[in-house]
Amino acid sequence: MSTTTTIAGHEVHVDDEGFMTEYDEWTEELAPELAAAIGISELTDDHWEAIRFLRADFAEQDETATLRRVAKIGGIPTKKLFGLFPKKPAKKMAYIAGLPKPHGCV
Amino acid sequence: MTQTDTTAETGARVPDFGDDAPDRKICFVCSKGTLDMAYPALIMANGALGEGVETHIFFTFWGMDMITKKTMDHLKFTILGNPATHMPQGLGGIPGMTGMATRMMKKQIAGLDVPEVPEFLELLVDMGAHLWACKMSVDMMDLDEADLFDGVEAIINVSDFIDLSSDGQIIFV
Repeated sequence: MSTTTTIAGHEVHVDDEGFMTEYDEWTEELAPELAAAIGISELTDDHWEAIRFLRADFAEQDETATLRRVAKIGGIPTKKLFGLFPKKPAKKMAYIAGLPKPHGCV
Repeated sequence: MTQTDTTAETGARVPDFGDDAPDRKICFVCSKGTLDMAYPALIMANGALGEGVETHIFFTFWGMDMITKKTMDHLKFTILGNPATHMPQGLGGIPGMTGMATRMMKKQIAGLDVPEVPEFLELLVDMGAHLWACKMSVDMMDLDEADLFDGVEAIINVSDFIDLSSDGQIIFV
């Protein structure tokens, strides 16, 4: 099910949980507001590196990168990702990057 | 499905990442040293860590092979005694069959982009997993700390494990 919600003044499509469903509706302008909504008050360059990797990788793979992929292909150590996006980095990164939750198990 | 609807406040629907939920703890017991039985706990532990769950793995008996430097790179898969392979069991006794089955399984696992056991353990430690070796198994197999994978935090006995898992869920593999 998809519904619309307003983020940073933009109307966007989201799923039941609130993850954005339309790749092209996301812009970098939305990221800080999405982050703030889940308790990440400031996006540093390190956050952006992960978010931009996720966006670029999704454009190529048509699925959201898992933590292992972000580490292996994106070159951002897993430990660091847990620091940047506490507790549930894969889902939190995906949410901020306007992508669906990753489906891969590893 | 759980969700926090903050519509009234911000106009946006926000997923519930459980940041305020009580802390959860899972403790896996790895008791097997075959390649196929090494993976289930590692994959579930990876999933648990990714969900922000405190994760412990206690290695005991044959599971020690997963964290013993000498053996961890050479875990094997055999069709012998495993009817789920749907292969005639007699085949399993043919020399070289276990090596072949192992290579095939490793290829399948690599095809899913799942790391080999030593690399997987490193990944789990990076994600915050706590690895423990069983004291009795260490003694029985005449091992010491130097023989074990560096990510193992300590050699502990069963009481220690029962103690540390008292407020967690235990999954025996």
